[in-house]
Amino acid sequence: MEPLIEIVGAAASLPLNNVNTDTIAPTRPRAQAGPAAIAEREIDATALFAPLRYDAQGAPRADFVLNRPGFERATILLAGSNFGCGSSREQAVWLLADFGIRCVIAPSFGGIFYDSCFKNGILPVMLPADQIDLLIAEVGAGAPQSIFSVEVASGTITTPGGRKLAFDLPEFRRSALLSGLDDIALTLRGSDAIAQFQARDRAARPWIYLPMTKTP
Amino acid sequence: MAEAGTPAPRTLFDKIWDAHVISDMGDGYALIHVDRHVVHDMGARGFVGLRNRGLPLKHPELTFASADHAIPTSPTTPWATYSNPYLENLRESARIFGFTFFDVARPGAGIVHVVTPEQGIALPGSTLACGDSHTCTIGALGAVAWGVGQSELLHILATQTSIQQRPPNMRIMIEGPRPNGITPKDIILHVIRRVGTAGARGLAIEFAGSAIADMDMEGRFTVCNMAIEMGARYGMIAPDETTFAYLKGRPYAPKGELWDQAVANWRGLRTDPGAVFEREIVIPSRDLAPQLTWGTSPDQVIGVDESIPDPAGETDAVRRKSMIDALSFVGLEPGQSLIGVPIDNVFIGSCTNARLSDLRLAASYAKGRRVAGHVEAWVVPGSFDVKTAAEAEGLDRIFIEAGFQWRDAGCSMCGGMGDLSRERVASGKRVVSTTNRNFVGRQGPGSRTHLASPAMAVAAAIAGCIADVRDL
Ligand code: SF4
Repeated sequence: MEPLIEIVGAAASLPLNNVNTDTIAPTRPRAQAGPAAIAEREIDATALFAPLRYDAQGAPRADFVLNRPGFERATILLAGSNFGCGSSREQAVWLLADFGIRCVIAPSFGGIFYDSCFKNGILPVMLPADQIDLLIAEVGAGAPQSIFSVEVASGTITTPGGRKLAFDLPEFRRSALLSGLDDIALTLRGSDAIAQFQARDRAARPWIYLPMTKTP
Repeated sequence: MAEAGTPAPRTLFDKIWDAHVISDMGDGYALIHVDRHVVHDMGARGFVGLRNRGLPLKHPELTFASADHAIPTSPTTPWATYSNPYLENLRESARIFGFTFFDVARPGAGIVHVVTPEQGIALPGSTLACGDSHTCTIGALGAVAWGVGQSELLHILATQTSIQQRPPNMRIMIEGPRPNGITPKDIILHVIRRVGTAGARGLAIEFAGSAIADMDMEGRFTVCNMAIEMGARYGMIAPDETTFAYLKGRPYAPKGELWDQAVANWRGLRTDPGAVFEREIVIPSRDLAPQLTWGTSPDQVIGVDESIPDPAGETDAVRRKSMIDALSFVGLEPGQSLIGVPIDNVFIGSCTNARLSDLRLAASYAKGRRVAGHVEAWVVPGSFDVKTAAEAEGLDRIFIEAGFQWRDAGCSMCGGMGDLSRERVASGKRVVSTTNRNFVGRQGPGSRTHLASPAMAVAAAIAGCIADVRDL
């Protein structure tokens, strides 16, 4: 993963609560040519926010924020509470990343969505709703009035007007973002601890480690 | 105050959590051992990731897979030759990595959350992860089970561990007798109405109380299945004699001495008196009417004898707006009764309500009756084994004679992905569904879903409109 140190860009406000993963990424399985066509990630860029972004005929809705001039390249999303609730489908995160969103600021998130953000180079920031309202109030009509910056190391958001707001992050998440180190690499480094745990646990709960074949 | 030397009282969740911590990562995060990892067809991409990175599957013997989301459920599917890219990927990955894969249309096949308990793969006191949000279903066995996204799924394949944050605990006590005709689904819909879709956000819920103690295992799965609809990451129920009796003799469950040893361990899996829950609520189950959703969120629930609430009476502006949007989407009016609203489809299926007891209940109402002429009604068993057992009892005949389609096992219309999205509810159509989500477009773009119990689904199918099963 690329290290994520600072995000600078237009902030788009989408102050809707409970935006679920089906709204963010209503993608459907498709019949590809064969198993080789199954990608680790399937991206259909046009699907992002499809129920909000397009009308019934599939034309872009002029009033949807990411269709408005100055926000087509937004990198920050100012969202409502419980953003990304619903299913575990990571497409929601992939589509946001694919669009160019690097930071989502919301009062709260769906749990699986929140964790998945970190693994895909998106910084999810939790801030109280009234602070987000202040940020939204500072979003101008378009660039450059809507350019915010978010700094990972210090945990600071700077608004177009120069106001600074602090946010918290779990420390191991912060250092992983800054180093670009991926969770798998990090965990595999600690393989010994896993082996020791399993050896102890195997003695305490042998039925968990049965050779897992059907027993008659 | 705990005396010196006595351990502080702990919740059931915390006991299982503590027993699985490999290392503490700070800020409440820990590296957790995953005892059982379950993969479905849409999650099979994880194996592509594993191959791309040149990593081995850490524990093939603790990894299980079944294809459920994208497969067809048509009873005329030529299973011997059927394939789709996701299924093919699972088959090929099983050959390469050597995990247990229950291939389609044979014992062990079906919806992952139905299969893992039924096969005795999921056990009390264990941790189980799967790339699907309804993995919380498995918590009904007294397990810590959670859904993960694709990246975390890959992490588990490669390491048999998962990085998780310890959640605060919540207890929902459901007390009182269950009135006649009222199912576990009615109870959980009612609970979600009370708690709200965000009311348990990020929490681990323990369901307890006399209504839970009296419930059979399959009803408990229905309850835990919908914990995520309140925002919870985990739902669980302490294991008891009902749990042990359910698991005993299951194909992959421990046997003989190991079984006795396991049960002795599982008996200790309960919340200590005095353990602290961040949130605790008590919900009475008496006087409940059959419940169903009227809107586009699983907490927009009413009793069938109530009328649709008026957004004008809602003081919270955000909630008022979502009620107005929901009503316009579902094409209903405030103050209207749901009874008599014409429907187009009925779907009895999903990891919420497609186990044998659900099908028995549905068949008991369908017997000797006829599905209304304009209604397309499907019964989709949760697994191959459920289907076989139902057929052995003649339930298939009852459904077919009543005009239902009796289909093969799978997710089908639940998530609108069955048969590569060909099994879905058509746009503008109204469905009474025994599933767990009524989000806009969930069962197909433009489809309108009313969540209800299998009994209420049959009542609607027969009447051709939403009806009270107690009047059937
Ligand atoms: S039955 Fe529905 S909710 Fe359950 S796993 Fe399948 S698609 Fe998901």
